[in-house]
Amino acid sequence: MILDWLQALGQRALSFFQRLGRGHITLYYLLIAIPSVLLRPRLLLQQIYSVGVLTLLIILVSGLFVGMVLGLQGYNTLVRFGAEQSLGTAVALTLLREMAPVVTALLFAGRAGSALTAEIGLMKTTEQLSGMEMMAVDPNKRILAPRFLAGVISMPLLSLIFGAVGIMGGYIVGVGLLGVDEGAFWSQMQANVDMREDIWNGIIKSMVFGVVATWIAIYEGNDATPTSEGVSRATTRTVVHTSLAVLGLNFILTALMFGD
Amino acid sequence: MTHARTVEIAVGAFVAAGLAALFLLAMKVSNLNVVGSDEGYHVSARFDNISGLRVRSPVTMAGVRIGRVSEIRFDPNTYQAVVTMRISEQYDQLPLDTSASIYTSGLIGEQYVSLDPGGDFEFLQDGSELMLTQSALVLEQMIGQFLFSLGDGDKD
Repeated sequence: MILDWLQALGQRALSFFQRLGRGHITLYYLLIAIPSVLLRPRLLLQQIYSVGVLTLLIILVSGLFVGMVLGLQGYNTLVRFGAEQSLGTAVALTLLREMAPVVTALLFAGRAGSALTAEIGLMKTTEQLSGMEMMAVDPNKRILAPRFLAGVISMPLLSLIFGAVGIMGGYIVGVGLLGVDEGAFWSQMQANVDMREDIWNGIIKSMVFGVVATWIAIYEGNDATPTSEGVSRATTRTVVHTSLAVLGLNFILTALMFGD
Repeated sequence: MTHARTVEIAVGAFVAAGLAALFLLAMKVSNLNVVGSDEGYHVSARFDNISGLRVRSPVTMAGVRIGRVSEIRFDPNTYQAVVTMRISEQYDQLPLDTSASIYTSGLIGEQYVSLDPGGDFEFLQDGSELMLTQSALVLEQMIGQFLFSLGDGDKD
C-alpha cells in the first residue's frame, strides 16, 4: 500500500526530471543551431512574420485598453490625494516595469506559443521531422531554431510596442477624457522614468520571457506524444507552463531589479 | 515571389514599429535627453540631514534643473551626509560661495537640491565643495517644535 504510493511518487519525480532534462537538451540544440539560422535569414524572416507580425494586432489592442484602464483607475485613486498630475508617471512605470513584459508574454503564449507547439507537434505526428532527418536535413536547424530565434527577437519588440501604445492609451483617457494637464502628464513622466532603470530593465525582462516562452513552446511541440490527443495536451501545457513560468520569473526579476 | 515580398515588408514594418516604440519611450517618456551621460563637473556639499534625497534627484537653480545628485555617502568623522552633484558643463559660471538647500517639491513630492548663487567672482570647479548648506526640513521635527512652542505659550 505505502510502497505503491512511494512508487507512484518516485515515478512522477523521475518523469519530471526527465522532462526537465529533455527540455534543457532541446535548449542546447536550439542554441548551437542559431549560427546556421543567421546564415539563412529567409527562414528567420518567415518565422518573425508568423510569430511576431501576426501577434501584433492583439498586442496593439490589448496595450491600448490596458493603458486606458490604468489611466482611469490611476486617476480615480490619485485625484483623492490631489496628485492626478502624477498620472503619467504611474501609468508609464506600471506599464514599462511590469505590464508590458508580462502581459505581452502571456498574450504571446496564447497567440504564438500555442501555434508553435501545435505546428511542431503536428509535424512530429505526421513524421515530417523524422522525414527531414532521413534526407539529412537537421530539423533543429531548419525548423526549430528559426522559430526560437524569431520568438526571442519578437518578444522585446512586441513589449516595447505594448508599452508605447499603452502610454498613448493612458494619455487619451487621462488628458483627453479626464482633463489632466498635458504638460504635467508628460513632464512628470519624464522626470521620474529612467531610461536604464525602467525601460532597459523592462526590455531585459521581455528578453528573458521571450527565451522562456519560445523554449517551452518548441519543447512541448517537439516532445508531444505523436497523436492528435498528445498534440492538444502539449498545446495546453505550453500555455499553462509559459504563463506560470512568466509570472514566477517576473517576481524574481522584479525582486532583483527593483528590490533594492 | 510577391508573397515573400509581402512577408518581408510586414517584418520590416514590425521591426521598424518596435524601434520607433523604443525611440518614443527613450525620448518622450524617459529622462534620457536630460541626462548627458557623464559630461559636466562634480561639486559636493555636506548636509546635517538629507531626509529623502536620493541619487538622481534633481539639482536646480532658480527652479531650473541644472544637474543631478550623483552620489550620497555618510562621513563617519563629521556625522554628516556628503552629497555629490553633477552639474551640466554649460552652467560653469556658478559663484564659489553658492549655497545649497534641500527642499521638497509640493507637499508630498520628491526632494531636490536647490542652489542659490552667491556673489563671489570665482566660479565652482570640478571637485569644489559648497560651504553654505541648509538641511532638509523634516516634517515631524517641525510639528514637534510647533507643539513645543505652543506648550510654552500656554504657560506664560
